[in-house]
Amino acid sequence: MPELIQPNKNKPGQHPIIPTNETVELSESEIKQINDALHHVPFASGASIDALKIIQQHRGWVSDACLKALSDHMKVSTADLDAVATFYNLIFRQPVGKVVLHPCDGISCDLMGGKKIRKCLSKKLGIGNGQTTADDQFTLIPLPCLGACDKAPVMIASEKLFELMDENSVANILKDLSSKAGDKS
Amino acid sequence: MSEQQAPSNPLTRFITDDENCWTLEQYQTHGGYDGLKKALTMTSPDVLETIKQSGLRGRGGAGFPTGLKWSFVPQGDDAPSPKYMIVNADEMEPGAFKDRWLLEKSPHQILEGLIVGGFTLQADIGYVFIRGDYYLAIERIEKAIQECYDAGLLGKNIQGSGFDYDIHIHTSAGRYICGEETALINSLEGKRANPRAKPPFPQVAGLWGKPTIVNNVETFCNLPHIINFGPDWFKGLGRCKDAGTKIFGVSGRVKTPGLWELPMGTPIRELIEVHGGGMCDGYKLKGYLPGGGSTDFLTEEHLDTPMDYDEIGKVRSRMGTGTIIVLDDKYCPIEMVINLVKFFAQESCGWCTPCREGLPWGVEILEKIEQGRGEMCDIEQLEALTRFAAPGNTFCALAPGAVEPLQSALNYYRDDFIKHIEQGCCPYEAGEHNHD
Repeated sequence: MPELIQPNKNKPGQHPIIPTNETVELSESEIKQINDALHHVPFASGASIDALKIIQQHRGWVSDACLKALSDHMKVSTADLDAVATFYNLIFRQPVGKVVLHPCDGISCDLMGGKKIRKCLSKKLGIGNGQTTADDQFTLIPLPCLGACDKAPVMIASEKLFELMDENSVANILKDLSSKAGDKS
Repeated sequence: MSEQQAPSNPLTRFITDDENCWTLEQYQTHGGYDGLKKALTMTSPDVLETIKQSGLRGRGGAGFPTGLKWSFVPQGDDAPSPKYMIVNADEMEPGAFKDRWLLEKSPHQILEGLIVGGFTLQADIGYVFIRGDYYLAIERIEKAIQECYDAGLLGKNIQGSGFDYDIHIHTSAGRYICGEETALINSLEGKRANPRAKPPFPQVAGLWGKPTIVNNVETFCNLPHIINFGPDWFKGLGRCKDAGTKIFGVSGRVKTPGLWELPMGTPIRELIEVHGGGMCDGYKLKGYLPGGGSTDFLTEEHLDTPMDYDEIGKVRSRMGTGTIIVLDDKYCPIEMVINLVKFFAQESCGWCTPCREGLPWGVEILEKIEQGRGEMCDIEQLEALTRFAAPGNTFCALAPGAVEPLQSALNYYRDDFIKHIEQGCCPYEAGEHNHD
């Protein structure tokens, strides 16, 4: 069995390869969706991104064990899958909170005070970029230009676009998202 | 108004206040799919010739003539098969928000263009490569594709023409570099989105090594209208040399930021002062990027330049996506350049050195200046860096695009750089939007 590499989780001086003994099985609906994606491509590796997104949709993030299960199912190496998973902004290789907040850090938002909004979010939640709150409710990951520049500053969370944000609206938005996250758990 | 009357706003005439203006039913009541039906009565080479004659240039930023690009796809019985047609809907250029509008409000127009394109080159499969964060757009494109299959506009023997064509959607996992056509193709193949060396060009060997065309959302939107109303009508729409209309946009501290469909060659002044409503009270125009984050700054003296590929080129910037980002007098221009170069550094795929190493180095020097720790020699260092990242030194256009705002800021806002260095701090420190 190939050993899996956990990026960014090693302390300096430690051996870079951490074997994982944990195993998971893909669910029936995951397998069905992945097989649908495989059906559209001439080579299995062509469905890598779709398959990773399917896993994430079901589990919130892609763990090493999931990567191994996916590798076994697709007959694509874990190295190839991880190369893809770590390249793209919207595939998470670490656990995230119930709601991932994506405030825009594009220039059009920053010209309209976007930096203030991000600072305000960070302060209210007590976390920095890429971090998750202790109660696993929120993860903060700014994204580049979200393509709503005439409504700046904006944020995407729970597949919803929040427009014309200001420091006063941040608290309400968080409250609203927090109650929805509560419903999910 | 008669639907057959040639419109002056072909791309946005389908967009109404009605929440359901995106549906097939509404699109067809306004003349939607007439262009496709007409194309299907023509021969493929005739359709290609019509597109060539129209003078349509790619709307994604580079402005390459669409008909010419398409003419490199091998045709005939011994041409490789299948052939692919891809809509690049992975909009992520800083300050660009036009494709989202078209995707959400007029998905059928894009699909019609994609089917016309497929018929033109006798392609087999079309893809919509769409940004993963555009949730509403994804939902509508998916529904619109289903509506097309139900109405016999996709699938086998479309409208009895004998032409078979399928369209799939790919939602991107998020990287700016996917907008580069060969990187997009790699991403569609399930790989990291590194650009490919050219040649071979995608028209000959693209997706899975087969002939592939990649064009922007807005480019495809123009096709049905060119077929429907003819190339002469299309050429007549522009105010200058360039043909057709364009979705222009303005963002930043203007009174009414937004998007408008206007003739090619509309002057920048008209966009900012009339459509954008001019600067917000208490703010003055300091400069602007005419075509998104990877274009050179222009200033007040260029306001009368028409938004036309060649005219903008003459004043040493680019039309890009046609979405203007306005810089006001209270925002530090160096802060703005830091935001942009940081973005490009983050989104670099890391494939070649000037981009992977050069851009973060640029951010480091710029931040040093912004924080008041700069030295005069840093300006020369930044200038050298813009030369390292110039076209010809990199695989793709990301790094050359990234240094466009930097090199022009060094030119137009040199005083600001010097002030930062001499005063040992940011002179905009008191501005309400910096350093908060």
